[in-house]
Amino acid sequence: MTAIHSTVDPAGRAHARPAGPRPPSGGDGGRAGTDSAAAARAARNRRKWLEIVGFSAPATIVYAMFVLVPMAFAFYYSLFRWRGVGAPTDFRWFNNYKLAFEDPVFVDALTNNAIIVVGSLLIQGPLALGIALLLNRRFFGRSVFRALVFVPYVLAEVTVGIMWGLILVKGGELDTVLQSAGLGSWIRPWLADQDLVIWTLLGILTWKYLGFAIILFLAGLSNVPEELSEAAAIDGASWWQIQRHVTIPLLGPTIRIWMFLSIIGSLQVFDVIWVVSAASMRSLGASATMATYMVDNGFFARLWGYGNAIAMILFIISFTAGLLFQRFVLRRDIEGALTGRGRRAVKLRGGK
Amino acid sequence: MAAVLSVRGGARFGARRQRRFSWGSPLTYVLAMAVAAVSVAPVAYVVLGGFRTTGQIAADPAGLPDPWVWETYGRVLSGSQFWSQTFNSLLIAAGTTTGVVALGVCAAFVLARYSFRGREALYTFFTLGLLFPASAATLPLYLLLKDLDLINSFWGVILPQIAFQLPVTVVILRPFLMAIPGELEDASLIDGTTRPGFFWRIVLPLARPALVTVGVLAFVASWNSYLLPMLVLGRANLATLPLGVQNFSGQYTADTAGILAFTSLAMLPALLFFTLAERQIVGGLQGAVKG
Repeated sequence: MTAIHSTVDPAGRAHARPAGPRPPSGGDGGRAGTDSAAAARAARNRRKWLEIVGFSAPATIVYAMFVLVPMAFAFYYSLFRWRGVGAPTDFRWFNNYKLAFEDPVFVDALTNNAIIVVGSLLIQGPLALGIALLLNRRFFGRSVFRALVFVPYVLAEVTVGIMWGLILVKGGELDTVLQSAGLGSWIRPWLADQDLVIWTLLGILTWKYLGFAIILFLAGLSNVPEELSEAAAIDGASWWQIQRHVTIPLLGPTIRIWMFLSIIGSLQVFDVIWVVSAASMRSLGASATMATYMVDNGFFARLWGYGNAIAMILFIISFTAGLLFQRFVLRRDIEGALTGRGRRAVKLRGGK
Repeated sequence: MAAVLSVRGGARFGARRQRRFSWGSPLTYVLAMAVAAVSVAPVAYVVLGGFRTTGQIAADPAGLPDPWVWETYGRVLSGSQFWSQTFNSLLIAAGTTTGVVALGVCAAFVLARYSFRGREALYTFFTLGLLFPASAATLPLYLLLKDLDLINSFWGVILPQIAFQLPVTVVILRPFLMAIPGELEDASLIDGTTRPGFFWRIVLPLARPALVTVGVLAFVASWNSYLLPMLVLGRANLATLPLGVQNFSGQYTADTAGILAFTSLAMLPALLFFTLAERQIVGGLQGAVKG
């Protein structure tokens, strides 16, 4: 309660404060150097910092407290063999990390995460781009189709999981549909086959998150100036040529931001995997991801030291992947967002 | 209607209006319909399945309700479980949304409209949060919440959710607030208001579309969240809808129709909410993905 209300306060108080005349901030005209001018400047400066701290402190504190502090603790706990009772005392250096990489199930989980990262990029990217280009054309009923395509993204992961669990169950809806379409030989134990389950899950994740990529791409597409495609059309370019040489290059920044979000999301995927796949599949490593492995071992098996080590590994992998991506791929986009100069550069480069 | 008229009239009076509202090629429709069908068919299966008996579903998993059975939905809706879980979800989502918007816009305001040493560092500090996998933090977060005595408390879900939603909120809001013309600020300062006054009277009203966008994103994220509530809200009467759906399907495995009805009722609110706000969200994201 207090955390939320303290943020409203600064603004509210400022509102109630007698609004004294105040010279525009641009006019730093106190060059006369008199004492009173210096004092006024100091007071103004003090007040500015008060405002800065007042506005940003609540967010900074909540963010630091619940995002950064737990990760610091995770590192500390990860160095102990600790079952969560009392304070950790059995200090083991990096033994938990070593144990993790020696466990074949964890290695399987890492592999599964890699499959999901690469699979999401390769399948969702082109598919979403195609659908976004399609839904960016003007045609009657377009907004209805747009809304329908977003439906899977809006659904809760748990709902999606239970839904697909029922559809894919042996003799369920999918099997029946395949059977009646004469494709009975395609029927597989979708969720019960150790080698197949991760690909089934990848399919479900694609279905679920495709809408998010489409939303982003459509938002990016609406920023592409129409004059460019009109000019290209006048020059005799076909619809496909316009997309290929004008629109898609201009969509570059949006695509790269989506890739970034998709990679981070794929590395920490938990909900859908947890709900759809059976515990036995996870414990065999067939469907485990780093996050499900962490919860299975840390929370449910009460291996808190070990679980926190997994949390650190997951954190370090995501953080490194994200930083590298930002450093080498997103850099020019972020510069563009901050300075407005880089954006023009991207446009010129993309326009070639 | 107007569309049809304008297409006919356009042929005569120039191409401009015709292009604005065309019927599109048949291929466009076929593709769009295929995509929409794949998106919606599983959902339709769940919603329709709620109108069938478990016996009907077992006999023909892909069939239509015959006859339509309303009792299953009635049974879920008349139970107290569904309503208390909806209430819990609503409370947590509302708290999270309020907190995210209030804290986020204040921080974004400072980052957008003040120049001070350390501003970019503070912005980087927030954007760093985009790299923090929420699920990795959940386990250590649980231990922290236990020390703070926030286990089995809604605050134990709301506060971390606010914290994890803040980075993306700041990233979306900052460019939006930066785009508010400096002349407006100068004018209001000359008129005698302070900068907090400018924030309250000019920035907040102008930023409303962006605030709605980040608010909707926070609401949907909270409404759908599963892992954190699963660990924090162990007591059955505190369960949120996603936990309730999962518990229900675990408890009554044989009651397929019941699971389908419960699941479709649980997804209805977010679906309605998002459909209504869809244009708003795409509009608000445009500023953020401009690059």
